[in-house]
Amino acid sequence: MMFALDMGRVMQETMTQAFGPQAVVFAMAAIGLNIHFGYTGLLNFGHIGFLAAGAYGTAIAITSWSINPLLSIGVGIIFALILALMLGVPTLRLRADYLAIVTIAAAEILRLLARSTALRGVTRGAEGLNEWAGGFQNANPFTGIFEFGPFRYLPMQMAIVVFGWLAVIIVSILVWLLMRSPWGRVLKAIREDEDAARALGKNAYWFKMQALMLGGAVAGFAGFIQAVDKATVQPDTFVPPITFFFWTALILGGAARVFSPVVGAILFWFIIVFSESFLSELVADGTIPDSILASTEVSNVRFLIMGILLMTLMVFRPQGIFGDREEMALDDR
Amino acid sequence: MTDSAPDGGTAVATKSSIFDGVPEEPGSAKPDSILTVDNLRRSFGGLVAVDVDHLEIQRGVITALIGPNGAGKTTFFNLLTTFDRPDSGTVLFDGEEVTGTPPHKLANKGMVRTFQLTKALSKLTTIENMKLGAGHQRGESIWRGLIPPLWKSQEAEIEARAEALLERFQLAHMRDEFAGTMSGGQRKLLEMARALMTDPKVVMLDEPMAGVNPALTQSLLGHVKSLRDEGISVVFVEHDMDVVRDISDWVVVMAEGQVIAEGPHSSIGSNQRVIDAYLGTHHDSALDFTEDLLGGE
Repeated sequence: MMFALDMGRVMQETMTQAFGPQAVVFAMAAIGLNIHFGYTGLLNFGHIGFLAAGAYGTAIAITSWSINPLLSIGVGIIFALILALMLGVPTLRLRADYLAIVTIAAAEILRLLARSTALRGVTRGAEGLNEWAGGFQNANPFTGIFEFGPFRYLPMQMAIVVFGWLAVIIVSILVWLLMRSPWGRVLKAIREDEDAARALGKNAYWFKMQALMLGGAVAGFAGFIQAVDKATVQPDTFVPPITFFFWTALILGGAARVFSPVVGAILFWFIIVFSESFLSELVADGTIPDSILASTEVSNVRFLIMGILLMTLMVFRPQGIFGDREEMALDDR
Repeated sequence: MTDSAPDGGTAVATKSSIFDGVPEEPGSAKPDSILTVDNLRRSFGGLVAVDVDHLEIQRGVITALIGPNGAGKTTFFNLLTTFDRPDSGTVLFDGEEVTGTPPHKLANKGMVRTFQLTKALSKLTTIENMKLGAGHQRGESIWRGLIPPLWKSQEAEIEARAEALLERFQLAHMRDEFAGTMSGGQRKLLEMARALMTDPKVVMLDEPMAGVNPALTQSLLGHVKSLRDEGISVVFVEHDMDVVRDISDWVVVMAEGQVIAEGPHSSIGSNQRVIDAYLGTHHDSALDFTEDLLGGE
């Protein structure tokens, strides 16, 4: 009966999404989180807020201020930078946990503000901002549906896949350059022991602020990519659980390695889509009876599978795919 | 007696002439003071942890800061290094008021500290730990950090300096190991060597010998003395009286937040106020350092 499964369709869905626009968004967002947490040790539990800032910044620049689409990306990143400043000024002088509390709250405040009636004129409330992405769609060099191997993308998705992964690679190289510079060394020192860095003449507060802003800007760019992919900016796509999906992607790859957020993001989508697609097939052809798993429950089970895989990873390979176990164990001494 | 130290009298004798004519009393004026404290006060709720009217610390010598538990030594130390803010009072470092200066600025002015609980940066290699210590690095700007040619030459200089120091502190074989793999004593050595990377005028050591095995103690003491021989002023908090006797040129005794006595270690032991502070007021025999009465915290 297993052979009745359409594995070709499962693999096409899985591979298409594992390298698709959402994986690009996740890779970019996880790179930002890696700068925050992996290298600097900043506990940011409101990462989705930076994506919201980037997405709304871009869309508002076009809808409210009629700015050139290309420049609107810059506005999105500036929104994310302002958010980083607003979060950092009050919290970065305090212990690490305060940033965690403030970020998770700030991301929710931002989402609720965006969907509030008070800002309806600018953000269009819960309905969100639509019909602003035309400039990007017109500039898209790709036409028609792209099919090669197991991959299948619509024109706009194709543009995001090509230019998005290119941007991911460029940003990764910049992060790699930065983290092997003396600047990156100070960040890692702050992650290990802030007071030691201060005693050696490093302005820990300012370095943490720079890291928060850099990671925030990268996440803002991820928010822009997501907005263009969906051609709409809606407040309820920026809910807190997404932040923890970014964390999952980062931890899958292993923190503080340049390519771990990229591989983690691909792996995250591979696992999520494969479980959903595969289970759907099994349910559809009756291998799994309806009494055990109904087709409507499949989308919940995929997160269950992700959770189990993540726990298994933490037990057998706590450093993630790329991490160094010996380096990780240094904490325990 | 695992901690028995050789007679440090000869090493101290070379510097003791500086203190000729300096009265052995709290707050006495020194010929050339690098740190001057006035009316420094810090309280935690109702407890006055530090209340020092006046204290001068001589340049180019090793000054020990001792006192019974709860005397306020560590708080005082944190105030001097501006890791903590006083309620009132001033600290002059090399003639300049530094009260309220952030600690990182103080480090750039030439005062560096170590910590009682050693802060080796575990997930950085030994050489990275060392290079971090160097001040005014061009590559520590985010923009210049992106372009290696702008900082590579300076980095090479820093690396050479770091390697020379690692050699001196017998850590050269650990160069590329994570600092987290070091023993407690090696971490103390690393922290001291790293402090020297900042090119300091004053090195403040918070219990440098705590948790170090006796064999390494001698080596560490030798390194502290060599700092003085280079003209660096050293201030250290210590519990082990053998250590204090061995390396200190001048001893400042604190009790209940105040400086109660000052003088060379030879006379401190017989000071009545010191004896009272350590042993209570109903005690009349002189304090004998060799019996290690004050050590072993």
